[in-house]
Amino acid sequence: MDYATLLQLLDSTLRLATPLLLACLAGLYSERSGVFDIGLEGKMLVAAMCAGAVAFYTGSAWLGALAGIGGSLIFALIHGVTSITFRGNQLIAGVALNFLASGLTVLTAQALFGQGGRTPPLTGAARFGELTLPFAEALRPVPLIGPLYAEVISGHSVLVYMAFAIVALTWWVLYRTRYGLRLRAVGENPAAVDTAGVSVAGLRFSAVMVTGVLCGLAGAYMATALQAGFGKEMTAGRGYIALAALIFAKWRPVQAMWACLLFGFFQALATRPDIVEGIVRVKVPVSFIEALPYILTVIVLAGFIGKAIPPRAGGEPYVKER
Amino acid sequence: MADPAYAIELKGISKAFGPVQANRDINIAVPKGTIHGIIGENGAGKSTLMSILYGFYKADAGQIFVNGQLTPIPDSQSAIRAGIGMVFQHFKLVQNFSVLENIILGAEDGQMLNSSLSKARKELERLARDYELEVDPDALIEDLSVGHQQRVEILKALYRQADILILDEPTGVLTPDEADHLFRILKGLKDQGKTVILITHKLREIMEATDNVSVMRRGTMVATVKTAETSPEQLAELMVGRKVLLEVQKGAARPGEVVLSVKDLRVRDEHRVERLKGVSFEIRAGEILGIAGVAGNGQSELLAALGGMQVATGSVTLKGAVLPLSGAGSDGQSRRSAGIAHVPEDRHHHGLILDFTAWENVAFGYFNDPRYQKSRLFMDNDAIRADTERKMAKFDIRPPIPTLAAKSFSGGNQQKIVVAREMEQNPALLLIGQPTRGVDIGAIEFIHNQIIALRDAGAAILLVSVELDEIMSLSDRIAVMFDGRIMGFRDPETTDERELGLLMAGVAGKEAA
Repeated sequence: MDYATLLQLLDSTLRLATPLLLACLAGLYSERSGVFDIGLEGKMLVAAMCAGAVAFYTGSAWLGALAGIGGSLIFALIHGVTSITFRGNQLIAGVALNFLASGLTVLTAQALFGQGGRTPPLTGAARFGELTLPFAEALRPVPLIGPLYAEVISGHSVLVYMAFAIVALTWWVLYRTRYGLRLRAVGENPAAVDTAGVSVAGLRFSAVMVTGVLCGLAGAYMATALQAGFGKEMTAGRGYIALAALIFAKWRPVQAMWACLLFGFFQALATRPDIVEGIVRVKVPVSFIEALPYILTVIVLAGFIGKAIPPRAGGEPYVKER
Repeated sequence: MADPAYAIELKGISKAFGPVQANRDINIAVPKGTIHGIIGENGAGKSTLMSILYGFYKADAGQIFVNGQLTPIPDSQSAIRAGIGMVFQHFKLVQNFSVLENIILGAEDGQMLNSSLSKARKELERLARDYELEVDPDALIEDLSVGHQQRVEILKALYRQADILILDEPTGVLTPDEADHLFRILKGLKDQGKTVILITHKLREIMEATDNVSVMRRGTMVATVKTAETSPEQLAELMVGRKVLLEVQKGAARPGEVVLSVKDLRVRDEHRVERLKGVSFEIRAGEILGIAGVAGNGQSELLAALGGMQVATGSVTLKGAVLPLSGAGSDGQSRRSAGIAHVPEDRHHHGLILDFTAWENVAFGYFNDPRYQKSRLFMDNDAIRADTERKMAKFDIRPPIPTLAAKSFSGGNQQKIVVAREMEQNPALLLIGQPTRGVDIGAIEFIHNQIIALRDAGAAILLVSVELDEIMSLSDRIAVMFDGRIMGFRDPETTDERELGLLMAGVAGKEAA
């Protein structure tokens, strides 16, 4: 494999890791607050549909993204009301929302556009364009670093750069702010937060809403940046891979970034079986490469790479004890 | 108007949970700068009352006055603002946070953490100096002993400028030494003008530490007296509503042959950490061996290994027959057929299925008993129900309704169901853990007498309890456990709480028989 091919591979790694990263950070907020969210997939799907449809009608990718966030927030709100207010089972609520999203998106797109459950292809300003970073062309002749900067780092949509900025922001919020301290505490021991005079439900709702916003961005990226429009089941399990990355990262933001990059790299590899074959000199089934994130997650959960301890109060509705 | 000489004054507080009237028209006045005890049996409504005072529950009726001012307390934030701090029986700490992070949680100075943390660090140093409350500010809670965790809870309240400190059953998890230290801290707080409310069911603590004491019984406040003018006997009578014998009446033991012989028993937990590090002892027929120790020093593992709930190594013989400690024949069923009955420490998790009826619970572990079976395939439910009725009569279990769910009984009656089931098997060996935890005084007296009666009938009894009084009054011999080992054996007639307390803290004494 030559350097140019490697750069191509890294370029698509970034592209493919972005929706994973946004969804993974989304899950981080919810799960750190003690609300397990298996419904990342459904929220992304709804956001992708809303973004695709609104971007088509308005011709603005930004309005599309806002619509995506809106759609995802509605689903997040339902999840919050079910699992926080009414103390329902978080996993079952998430699974139900995934099913709902799966059917509702296709139905709505079909009713609006009659194109077999897709939204019409987006062109021009209805999609997020590629940003060329400053000096990309000027630095290109510099050996090694130049092409890396021009090919891999530069030339992505603004949402890609946002995703990586949100990693830093999340780290800062989690470990340096009052909100982060309370968020981490409420996922570990909600009774400690409650007796400290802080509302458990309020904190959890705020976290679930952040999850909604970030899932919205992830879905919008799918429909208006990675691809040109919404298609049936277009998230293709990315919500679950993001969840796997979250476990792999042990619910920490910077590690989540590395996990998503790794899983994005596998997805990029899966699109280029010729490269894999060139390296290992054996024919490797594409589906095996696609399964690698899940295999890694199982290994992590089995405790081979340290122990992945989830937030201690995760999955449990908070009830004041008598 | 209320009198501002009182830090807290409650007037006409009532609170019901569904059909249960937890507090009924409670009036209490706590003078400033005193330690005020609140005593009562489990379920008397002490914790509910304090939770109302801390804004955890909302009272159905009544008024709260703080320093003479009418102060509604709809939530914990209001309680904190009114200067009330609470140390719960089950600590409300985040295990994987540092001490500092726990202290500032909910009392941060602004959006950013750094300034709050450095301010808390300084404040902590001052509080540590003033009140003997030393604790490493950067230690993680999960690495601290329970005694130190409790200090963090007190520091949390003081950091929030609490003038009135409520402690709910604070000594249940402490060694006698740690408890003494706690009472010194409370005296120090009182000397600084703070008001302390101490909730407990231990009469001795009330007598030692408090200025005044209020007694609660079945949701009502029956009396408030000066501690100096009352006696443990009078308080016990007020709590229960009748005369109670505080001393267990028992004759001398007449030990027979060795029933249980344990040699070098070792247990590892799921993390491969050794919890029981080579324990050896014998119990004879007609003898009670009491295991004293602070919770978590291997007593639970000892009971679990002997009861067939945990794999162990070493050798255990029952009346000369070897008991397998792992693999076939080491399960609870085999232990029961070998003649071992087991009253587990945690009746809610191991003793009962709360959603099942009393008669179903009475049959647990004894399904194979021929008396309970019609044929090889079918249970004889009528026989079990009849047997349950008989046990309920004999053990005075109230209400005597076999078809009632176990969770509908009070703590004491739940425990009696378990005790009745196990003791009525006439076991050669009875394992009994925390026999009176969460049990009211009347039922304690009853259960204690049953244990003595079983001993006199010739059974060997292994008693595990964190209540030192219970160990002292019931045991014929006492073994003290610390860190998975037996620190020594003592005779209850010749030892005292001080000596046992030192052993419980791991300070080795001279070896005695």
